[in-house]
Amino acid sequence: MKLLTHNMLTSHVKGVTKGYPLLIKATEVKVNEVDFNAQFVSRMIPKLEWSALVQAAEELGHRQDLPAELVPEYENNEEFLKKVHRVLLEVEVIEGSLQCPESGREFPISRGIPNMLLSEDEV
Amino acid sequence: MEASVGNNMEAVRRSKEDRKVLRKQLKASHTLLKHDGISAAQQPTKSLVVANGGLGNRVSREELSAALNEMGELETLIMHPHKPYAFVTYRSEESARKAHTHLNGEKLQCGENSVTLYLSYVDSVTCQEEVSVPLPDGLVLVEDFVSPEEEALLLAAVDWSSTNDDVTAQKALKHRRVKHYGFEFRYDNNNVDKDKPLAAGIPQECLPVLERCVKNKHVDILPDQLTVNQYESGQGIPPHVDTHSAFEDAILSLSLGAKTVMEFRHPDGRFVAVVLPERSLLVMKGESRYLWTHGITPRKFDMVPACDPQSPAHTTPDLSTYSNLTLSKRDTRTSFTFRKIRHEPCGCAFPSACDSQGAPSAPSPPPPPPSLPCCHADAALLEEEYVHRVYDAIASHFSSTRHSPWPRVCHFLLSLPAGSVLADVGCGNGKYLGVNPEVAAVGCDRSSALVHICAERGFQAFVSDALSVPLRTASCDACISIAVIHHFSTQERRLAAVRELVRLLKPGGRALIYVWAFEQEYNKQRSKYLKDQNKKHPENHSATENTQTGGSQEPHGTSSIHPSRHLEDTYRPVENIDVTDGKLSVHTNRTAFNTQDLLVPWHLKEGKKRAEEEPRDGGKKDKGKEKSQKSSGNTCSAYSSSSIAKLDCNPGPSAGFLSDMCSGSGPDTSDATHSPDSKPGASGDTSQTSSSALKSESESSPAPVFHRYYHVFQQGELEQLCGQEAGVKVQSSYHDQGNWCVILVKDLL
Repeated sequence: MKLLTHNMLTSHVKGVTKGYPLLIKATEVKVNEVDFNAQFVSRMIPKLEWSALVQAAEELGHRQDLPAELVPEYENNEEFLKKVHRVLLEVEVIEGSLQCPESGREFPISRGIPNMLLSEDEV
Repeated sequence: MEASVGNNMEAVRRSKEDRKVLRKQLKASHTLLKHDGISAAQQPTKSLVVANGGLGNRVSREELSAALNEMGELETLIMHPHKPYAFVTYRSEESARKAHTHLNGEKLQCGENSVTLYLSYVDSVTCQEEVSVPLPDGLVLVEDFVSPEEEALLLAAVDWSSTNDDVTAQKALKHRRVKHYGFEFRYDNNNVDKDKPLAAGIPQECLPVLERCVKNKHVDILPDQLTVNQYESGQGIPPHVDTHSAFEDAILSLSLGAKTVMEFRHPDGRFVAVVLPERSLLVMKGESRYLWTHGITPRKFDMVPACDPQSPAHTTPDLSTYSNLTLSKRDTRTSFTFRKIRHEPCGCAFPSACDSQGAPSAPSPPPPPPSLPCCHADAALLEEEYVHRVYDAIASHFSSTRHSPWPRVCHFLLSLPAGSVLADVGCGNGKYLGVNPEVAAVGCDRSSALVHICAERGFQAFVSDALSVPLRTASCDACISIAVIHHFSTQERRLAAVRELVRLLKPGGRALIYVWAFEQEYNKQRSKYLKDQNKKHPENHSATENTQTGGSQEPHGTSSIHPSRHLEDTYRPVENIDVTDGKLSVHTNRTAFNTQDLLVPWHLKEGKKRAEEEPRDGGKKDKGKEKSQKSSGNTCSAYSSSSIAKLDCNPGPSAGFLSDMCSGSGPDTSDATHSPDSKPGASGDTSQTSSSALKSESESSPAPVFHRYYHVFQQGELEQLCGQEAGVKVQSSYHDQGNWCVILVKDLL
């Protein structure tokens, strides 16, 4: 699971009103190099929940020095885009779990795949 | 009814014009029969195929058999469910000739409708060709062993309110009610307290039945222990062998109230599913009692023979001998199991399963059956067994047949602006996740086996249900739902699936939905699904195949199967065709649908599970590809040479895979799954030996068959469904190779 995916994931356990962002409890994290595409990254940034990305990067020890607030005019800031590229597309959680911030429900991540299935009484 | 049948046969004098029409119709009926693998014999025989005289034409057995009986004595009359024909075998060839002469081209009045019968001689009748799987050694099933009166008496004899049932038993058996007489069977150690007989002995009501068992030599001595189990629909019992040291050889089991399917498994992998009809007696002795396990899978529907039980072909209860099965909803079944307590160690010939001879006793306690909450909607259960479990079981074979994205889906994906966020809800093996490398694509599927294939290909995917997609509201620029929503078994759930897609979209975002169409022939074009019936030439666009007329052979009530060009906006549901008493019919692969809710067989190719996972031999398919790439080739080649999605850390699928991806060979349904080597037609969907959607993995059996539930959509139905959802508009809709498709646009705020 890349952090781009994590940025979109949320918890829908019954009764939960704010299941976002999911806390990451990782036991295995990998960094895989991916070709850098500045345009793609800068197009993705406005679609992100920035604070959730920073928090996730922090949890995994890969925040680098990403600012809590999005910097203006990032489109031309290649150094910044590269850092975002790294946390967004290169850092991957292989094993661990995601935890719903409200209900505490944990969703396992195995072989890089989050299992978000809910049981009948959770929906 | 029988008396009036003779009057229903109309002897019509035909004009020249009529005869011409008749000849045409006859020819058409033969064409259709040929599609089902039935060919007429040149010389008269004792057997005839009666086209139009089938259950699929709403001809009842009584009506047809009355008409046929007038021509002579019948040997067998075989009517397969949903088929537009029947097979009759007369005792003599002379009777068959008489029937051919007098009934061919004649009308048979069946209730309100009438059909014209066409008869042709056939060499053999398909039911007889099938190999029968023998029952386990020592197993005897006696049907109608008790009368309905005795059944009522026995059921009334059990007082469920009294509390002699021990706490230990109830703890272990949350899911079925159980009551012991004579001795208590303890589920904690799988044995009986032989020194502690219960106050309540075997009820008096049972004695006449037991005495009959002795008289008929089913047992030598009267049993002294009775266990009564009551199974509600959805409940079962795990596979087990009754503890050898606890009970003597013969075990008697009466099925009361409702039928069920009991599954027997031999340690060597043999598997036999046996229908236990209500009021039947099952006797387990010898190998079947000592070595084979028996159990009942907890579920709400069973596969049972669809053949009329009165059919002469009905000779053995073993399911694997049936060419046609249907689903039967389970009712409450009460079983009376009579056993004789054993007082000496067991000395049977099966030491590997004998606790008296050193084998570990049965696992104790037996694992409780999977929990099935009673408030659970039947729909969800049905989908669990007939969709989710099937996809997990067939995942790699399924994936190996899903390497070709459909061109019009590719077109949609490639129309998305760079930097779009895309969710593929029900992504299967992920074949659409890498089509447009300029979008951020994430997939989800209910089947973790399929999601793992996505992950191996380097795509971002997670496991979730399409009714609860764990993605932020309004986070996606586009969503696709390809061949997913037809797996939901109620209108409410299909609507909920659409609603979930819309929720994910940003204002102005678009969703593409594909569902399988009831109409596999549209604007006089047959879908690839139908065309690929002859798999030797999957790309064969033979013109003659488009000219099937055979009006008399059309499925019932389905004028929409040949829709007029003037499309109607309103969709009218097919009126309960072939769905009676909650039974779903099993579809014959690569034939037209005759009902909207059905089970579609999947013939698993064994031994190819891994080998076929990612076919990379472009060579075989090249011919087909050249043709079909005309529509999508340009766009596809563009990305097959560039690197795959930027999201991927892995090099991604090989070039071979990518070029394969673009072959655009057609929809879900034009896959190679419907086993080309299995016989089409009457026995095409029949190599089934399991009683469940999930075939047990038995090495000795032919290719396992799984059944997936589908709701196929009629023209206009998908638009109507989406129209019920506020905040979204149907931008366009179309028919694509046997699928109905819509593009939705979410309203701007």
